[in-house]
Amino acid sequence: MALSKKKRNDLIKAILLHLVLIIAAAAMVIPFLWMISTSLKRPREIYVWPPTLLPHEIFWSNYLKSWSAAPFGRFYINSLFIALSVTGGQLITCTFAAYAFARLNFRGRDLIFIAFLATMMIPFQVSMIGAFQVIYWLGWADSYYALIVPGLASPFGVFLLRQFFLTLPVELEDAARIDGASRLGVIRHVIVPLSTPALATLGIFTFMGVWNDFLWPLVVLNSEQHYTVQLGLAIFRDSHSTVWNLLMAGTVSATLPILIVFFFAQRYFIRGIALTGLKG
Amino acid sequence: MRQRKGRPRSEEALSGYLFILPTLIVFCVFIVFPVLFTLYVSFHDWPLLAGPGKERAYVGIENYRRVLADPDFRKSFINTVYYVLGSVPTGLMISLGFAVLLNTGLRGITWYRTAFFTPVVTAGVAVGLLWRWVFNTDYGLLNYAFSAITAGINYLLGAIGALIHHPLPLIQFANIPWLDSPHLAMPAVIIASIWKSVGWGMVIFLAGLQGIPEHLYEAARLDGANPWRQFWYITFPLLFPAIFFVLVMSLIASFQVFDLVYVMTGGGPLHSTDVIIFYLYQFAFERFQLGYAAAISYVLFAVIFILTLAQLRIFGRRVQYEM
Repeated sequence: MALSKKKRNDLIKAILLHLVLIIAAAAMVIPFLWMISTSLKRPREIYVWPPTLLPHEIFWSNYLKSWSAAPFGRFYINSLFIALSVTGGQLITCTFAAYAFARLNFRGRDLIFIAFLATMMIPFQVSMIGAFQVIYWLGWADSYYALIVPGLASPFGVFLLRQFFLTLPVELEDAARIDGASRLGVIRHVIVPLSTPALATLGIFTFMGVWNDFLWPLVVLNSEQHYTVQLGLAIFRDSHSTVWNLLMAGTVSATLPILIVFFFAQRYFIRGIALTGLKG
Repeated sequence: MRQRKGRPRSEEALSGYLFILPTLIVFCVFIVFPVLFTLYVSFHDWPLLAGPGKERAYVGIENYRRVLADPDFRKSFINTVYYVLGSVPTGLMISLGFAVLLNTGLRGITWYRTAFFTPVVTAGVAVGLLWRWVFNTDYGLLNYAFSAITAGINYLLGAIGALIHHPLPLIQFANIPWLDSPHLAMPAVIIASIWKSVGWGMVIFLAGLQGIPEHLYEAARLDGANPWRQFWYITFPLLFPAIFFVLVMSLIASFQVFDLVYVMTGGGPLHSTDVIIFYLYQFAFERFQLGYAAAISYVLFAVIFILTLAQLRIFGRRVQYEM
């Protein structure tokens, strides 16, 4: 009798908990559904009160229209090119630097590493104006270089990978060295294969950061042909500020790639955040 | 002789330098130099393109004097503080609360976590646009929700009125002009930003909670501690390093809010959502007064730096002790 009462209490508690959590999760998800629903509505269905929650008829052509109203295809290619270049480049530079900091002895190593760490605390805005002037001097204003090259070094990425490399057993490397592998061979055939989770985490976060970035592209880019997706979307907002079905179609388009990556690689996101506190 | 003896080590050192070289170059050119250079610029009158009539000139602390005396800067600073105070503590409590709820061994935790985390990976521009539409005065989802709730309450009031043969006053609801009102625009931005970021803190708290050994709770339950006491005497102190971390990081990030404001309100209406970075952006990249903008960025840096130090001073010992 006492047991069944306890069981009943537990059940009630679980139901209440789920109820609270479902309401909260709905608050998270419903704006997204509203965005998708709006993006599929016929234009005149946008301006009715009370609003319809689901479109009466699915109006796919909003997507075609928004993609022809602004060159989103071009923005997509730009964003993909920039994000993939930064991600690939950063993975390479960070792997080498992190390996040096984790395994090699050289004078000034710890000092340089601490300098790297110290700059992680400095807000981007403090270097923004100086970086903008450097870009201008290099003649890189309004070019892909301005978005790619500064992203090739990441103190955070070096830190993340170094911490991971330190957990790998040195014996494996020694064995490979005895078998005649060079340092590069060790990195390529021992370190990199063992570090896939860390590299995946860093890669995903870098890609997401570049894809979602707004302020820096806004600062350095001028011509529409170089715009990234986020920049293009913000500018599209200015010219179509009340055409909500097209705006939401654009927003869905700009968000979809990241959401797909997120749903398939969720554990890397969660692990990355939990381990490092990376701000998404 | 000495050289030969030292060769393996110098080979190692050479590899070391070569391996860090690419990172080091980019780091110096695009982080270290710009940070110092921004400081240098902040003491100058610095148009982007120097030329006749637009000379670069040393002005000492004039830019800083101007920043601190500028009522527009003060306004944007106060707005930023309003935003920080509105979003950080609330966001922290919501993420902590839901992390604790999710950590009770419920089924389906990954589904909830996914729901909370999706806004975190969504770009600020997209989130801003999405909420701009949700907050729309005439056709927005939020006003519709409020009007539906009002209608429901009025229906109840009407039914009760009929029952007691005495008509009750009904609630009038007019669509709220969220983003068009100087009083409501900032709260709207704050709501959107909390929505975007609670999942981030939640994931960190969840990781921290999973590190707290279960036997502590068992012992507390044996001693008759209720869930509330368990939270204050076990969860809170053991989770304190994570809470502190989330607090510091969210404060730093919130002082730099930009994307949401740019897309949702553009600083309006009547400058009610003009925040510091927005103000800085206008001076640097619309009026090209880089010297003045650089001074703004260093004032902001000083504020963030002092705040972070103060938090370390107040909570730091406790964090170290607990860790």
